[in-house]
Amino acid sequence: MKGGQGTFEVADQAQLQLKLRLSARRSKVTAFCLVLPLLAFILVTFVLPIGSLLYRSVYNPTVVDVLTETVAALQSWDGDDVPDEPVFAALAVDLVKARQEQTFGPVAAQLNFDLGGMRSLITKSVREIEKTSEGLYKPAFLEIDPRWGETATWAAVRTNSQRYTAAFYVTAVDRRFDSRGQVVLVDEDLRIYINLFVRTIWVSSAITALCLLLGFPIAYLMAAVPTRYSNFLLIAVLLPFWTSLLVRTTSWVVILQREGVINELLIWLGLIGEDGRLALVHNMTGTIVAMAQILLPFMVLPLFSVMKTIPLNYMHAAQSLGASPEKSFLTVYLPNTLPGIGAGSILVFILAIGYYITPELVGGRTGQLIGNFIAYHMQSSLNWGLAGALGSILLAGILALYFVYDRIVGIEKLKLG
Amino acid sequence: MKTKIHLLTATAGAVFLALAAGTAAFGSEAIKVVSWGGAYTKSQVEAFHKPFTAKTGVVVQSLDYNGGLAEIKAQQDTKNVSWDVVDVLPSDAIRGCAEGYFEKIDPAMLPAAPDGTPAVKDFVEGTLMECAVGNILWSTVFAYNAQQFKGAVPKTIADVFDVKKFPQKRALQKRPQNNLEWALIADGVPANDVYKVLRTKEGVDRAFKKLDTIKPFVSVWWTAGAQPPELLASGEVAITTAYNGRIFDAVQSENKPFVIIWDHQVWQYDLFAIPKGSRNVKRALEFVQFATSSKALADSASWISYGPARKSAMPLVGKHWKTSVDMKTQLPTAPAHFNNAIQQNIQFWADHQDELNQRFSAWLAK
Repeated sequence: MKGGQGTFEVADQAQLQLKLRLSARRSKVTAFCLVLPLLAFILVTFVLPIGSLLYRSVYNPTVVDVLTETVAALQSWDGDDVPDEPVFAALAVDLVKARQEQTFGPVAAQLNFDLGGMRSLITKSVREIEKTSEGLYKPAFLEIDPRWGETATWAAVRTNSQRYTAAFYVTAVDRRFDSRGQVVLVDEDLRIYINLFVRTIWVSSAITALCLLLGFPIAYLMAAVPTRYSNFLLIAVLLPFWTSLLVRTTSWVVILQREGVINELLIWLGLIGEDGRLALVHNMTGTIVAMAQILLPFMVLPLFSVMKTIPLNYMHAAQSLGASPEKSFLTVYLPNTLPGIGAGSILVFILAIGYYITPELVGGRTGQLIGNFIAYHMQSSLNWGLAGALGSILLAGILALYFVYDRIVGIEKLKLG
Repeated sequence: MKTKIHLLTATAGAVFLALAAGTAAFGSEAIKVVSWGGAYTKSQVEAFHKPFTAKTGVVVQSLDYNGGLAEIKAQQDTKNVSWDVVDVLPSDAIRGCAEGYFEKIDPAMLPAAPDGTPAVKDFVEGTLMECAVGNILWSTVFAYNAQQFKGAVPKTIADVFDVKKFPQKRALQKRPQNNLEWALIADGVPANDVYKVLRTKEGVDRAFKKLDTIKPFVSVWWTAGAQPPELLASGEVAITTAYNGRIFDAVQSENKPFVIIWDHQVWQYDLFAIPKGSRNVKRALEFVQFATSSKALADSASWISYGPARKSAMPLVGKHWKTSVDMKTQLPTAPAHFNNAIQQNIQFWADHQDELNQRFSAWLAK
């Protein structure tokens, strides 16, 4: 009986193991099938667009595909003098072909991003170079427009002569390629993006700090009062979420404008005179105030979810051991809320850094952020390569922040609710 | 239980109706005409869309956009062009044509004037393009709220730039176009030379230097055409640049005390274009032919104070649909308004908008 049981046990064990493995695999497959829609969703709405953004920021085929011969002939150009006849002859071949195939438009647009006036120069030259049938092309082009005799024109062509290029990133940090191919700063009155990145980070930090300052007491109150009151407070925090972003932003204009609620109130109180109306909107103040209000729930909710789990007894215990209320708050309560502070801050900061609708509406002259310029290059100038480069730099900045956070606080401590 | 059933029937009915409405609007005999919204779109619906539907039975669906070629580019990149006719600015018409976004339109296909003058000779010079047909002339002007001025009022561009005489708050459009032109005018450059001066680096510097002088007095930089009348009405600013039609509309329909400064108005025009890949090119073209006929253009001037792009439409312009003001006196093209008007130079801006936009943005941020 005993021996029999032993052999049975071995066989049984093997079978059991097989069964277990099978069932484990089955549940794995089921689990995978269950997350498949989500994976597909993430692939389509997240991985592909971001991949395409990164790709567009380095991919510049427009000029290479159309001015193929010119780009090849320009390889040996030293950048000191105007190129020689072979380059002009190649340009003539390319332009005649571009006219037949109607492909010169995008080339003119692309070159115009790097040098104003290239649009009309290309369009004009395409029209007129066909009339030159013999003789040298260099004098013919110089006859059409003297700008072909400037190195800056050729530098613009060369900047766009690589299919895979760093040129968009160079532009995105206020620099350009000169005629020798060196990276140089653009003129002072054209520098804008670096300042904007700095401003965006600064404004986002200020908004995060403001949200923390306002959100911490609210979250504490919600965690401290009985559930029925905290539910009410939770609704009060979430209520703005159910209102359209545009409506909320526009209400801020109504409240903050020169003839708005706050200015009227201050005048009524006699704190400012009729001439001393404060400019609270259409500037950076407007951006910070409106965005802090819009992003506040993203700070309150993680804080609340963390504070809910901290027993109030801890504070009582600390105080019964002789700590002052301030000391027990600083050494016992605050450290326990760190995961919530970290999660809320990182959430608010990341959302703020990419915002553009609110700054567009209330930011005026001084409250514009980098997102507004990405939108501008997407929608108006159609310089999608530059928009991609600006977006990629922003993305890299956020990843760097995430990395630093992981190193200092630890990402596993992040608690989102 | 009974209420539940009622609710169900009601919902089913609503869904059915919505579906039916949907199919009607998206059927093959419907075209989508895209324009700029507000009072302007209303003028087109009244003068173009409704009569066109009455005549041909083709339903016209009206959509709004904010200009630019981005949406058309996106529709063509994804091979899903849903727009049939788009109201575009000349710069976009030129660019869209060169880059292959629009169908070519042969001017010989457009209807002649009532007296038989062919379309080519009837349209105001420059408003017929390879891929687009002009519809209206409009202008950007300065306007002020009369309530905010006691005594002297600004009458010229130089007055607007005179912050000692008029320290009131101003609003300007957040783009270099027009602002640079006016800065030079205020600095004493004759209207005819404005673009010649702007083509030089020194000229651009000079314009920005002049803009520096009013920068502290500009409290709002507007972006949407609906903003200027609101800014004037709320008292946020006393003087603003605006599209002339918007100010006219606020004065006529809301009795606002706004006054237009016609001195050196900068005029340009809008055009109709047909995106390549439109599913209904034939109908779209019919619509363009109908809407740019002399009568339709003259009718649209009864709804908004924009001038027709056809010379033969001018004498046909009638009274405002509601207040019966004689519209001939209200258009940018009225002789009293037009004597020192500047035509926005499309070629200049097509060439220099990229760099000047960047410089303008950098200047604004300082």
